[in-house]
Amino acid sequence: MKVLVCVKQTFDTEAKIELKDGKVADAGINLIINPYDEVAVEGAIQLKEKGVAKEVVVLSAGADKAIDAIRTALAMGADRGILVTQDAGADEYARAVALAAAIKDENPDLILAGHVAADDGSSQVPTRIAEILGLPHINVITSLDIADGKAVASSEADGGTQVTEVSIPAVISSQVSWNEPRYPSMKGIMQAKKKPVATVAAAAADNKVTIVEYALPAAKAAGIKVEDEPEVMAAKLGDWMKNTVKVEVK
Amino acid sequence: MAGTWVFVEQRDGNIRKVTFEMLSEAKKFGDEVSAVVFGKGVKGLAPEFAKYGAEKVYAVEDDVFADYNTGAYVAQMVAMINEFKPNAVLFAHSFNGRDFASRLAQKLEAGLATDAIAAEVSAGKGVFTRAIYAGKALAKVEITTSPILATIRPGVFEVVEGAAAGAVVEPAVAATAADVYQNVKEFKPTVSARPELNEAAVVVSGGRGCKGPEGIKLVEDLADLLGGAVGGSRASIDSGWLGHELQVGQTGKVVNPNLYIAAGISGAIQHLAGMSSSKYIASINTDTEAPIFNVSDFGVVGDLFKVIPLLLAELKK
Repeated sequence: MKVLVCVKQTFDTEAKIELKDGKVADAGINLIINPYDEVAVEGAIQLKEKGVAKEVVVLSAGADKAIDAIRTALAMGADRGILVTQDAGADEYARAVALAAAIKDENPDLILAGHVAADDGSSQVPTRIAEILGLPHINVITSLDIADGKAVASSEADGGTQVTEVSIPAVISSQVSWNEPRYPSMKGIMQAKKKPVATVAAAAADNKVTIVEYALPAAKAAGIKVEDEPEVMAAKLGDWMKNTVKVEVK
Repeated sequence: MAGTWVFVEQRDGNIRKVTFEMLSEAKKFGDEVSAVVFGKGVKGLAPEFAKYGAEKVYAVEDDVFADYNTGAYVAQMVAMINEFKPNAVLFAHSFNGRDFASRLAQKLEAGLATDAIAAEVSAGKGVFTRAIYAGKALAKVEITTSPILATIRPGVFEVVEGAAAGAVVEPAVAATAADVYQNVKEFKPTVSARPELNEAAVVVSGGRGCKGPEGIKLVEDLADLLGGAVGGSRASIDSGWLGHELQVGQTGKVVNPNLYIAAGISGAIQHLAGMSSSKYIASINTDTEAPIFNVSDFGVVGDLFKVIPLLLAELKK
């Protein structure tokens, strides 16, 4: 079985966001694999270690530097990579069209991705890919079993959890609690340098959404800070909660 | 192209509050507001939507809609959009809502603004504000594809009553069992007397400073006294004191309650991203330099093991 994992290169989650010339400034920011996608990579590698998958292919759409995200996945244990070069301004639609075209050429048995990206927070692309390819999908999974041409996954759901079965090929998107991604070993990093990464141009697609403005959230006004005996502080906090916030006590 | 549709979030007839939030906000667009509900025995819910301004209630009843499944719901919605041509369709930014809207948007080759926290909709144009980088920045996006599609973050818009006709319309069933490609074998509801994190008016979260289950117990006691939800920072999730579904922050949930109380949380940037849009923020931390105090309306420099029991007694007075 061939497993393909979609990864997006994103800002480090510790990055402080600033604007420059009306856009999000990227100078000096450490770039990582989107943490949700990293979990998908780990899931794919574990399927290979269990003998369920024969090959793990990593796919990313983005600028040339996104190859670093692919190399990280290869260092974790994926077999080869594909970089679809695409403008950083591609929206969820254009991104899904480009990724789906590359996936079609690969014809994998299973497509994994993170359920959301830590940068745009859209949570659209995996589901859009499934629609383009006419495949079933399951989102936000926390466990996955593949057997007899079927994928069975637990996932987070509104007001609970659920277990869903779909036939494969399918698109499956991961929640971060699915697994704990490994750190690449020194040996893995060395091997990754020799693993093949193909570069292809993105399929043409126009954006459907236009970003008209970026802004930073309004800074919070300075609040009250108390440093006193616990009894005094608890009384003041309780008073604030009752009279300013107007909490209801059960 | 006219009218705003609000897709109803419900399970077994239990309507989620975000539905009323969306109906209330949609009235501001100045166009006719309708509720759209799929399920079994859902027609009877119509008066609930009328109360918040739904002029029409498009109710579709069939076994195939008994539980949410992407395939049948998308097939039905596409048929209805083609027949009735709404200007905009709003969904909740829930697990189901984002799943539904994403697949629908692609089928229609349309744009979609997910997790919107502000909306301006006019004929043929929608402008939505979205939090990016988990709230560290905001992006305003414009959609002109038809219909205008968005998912709305729960807890952002106020619920405002405003009676309307709520006339029931029953469109033809356009989906069959053949449209269903996901077999939901089991659904386990969360067994908790507490509200869900993204719907709670009060969230009390515990971090590293809780030191273990005893500290978390204090956090839970405070949450329960206030009828709130319990959350945690990465530290308390990774330590196994709380389940992952309770993580607040960049790789967890983004919450915006009326009151957020951070107990023993230093305020790493990833955590701040998940809670700094809360209306009021209180924090309890022993470190006077903790970044959490920079976003707090009320900061207590102290030991949560001493302060919370005293606070519980104070609130019960």
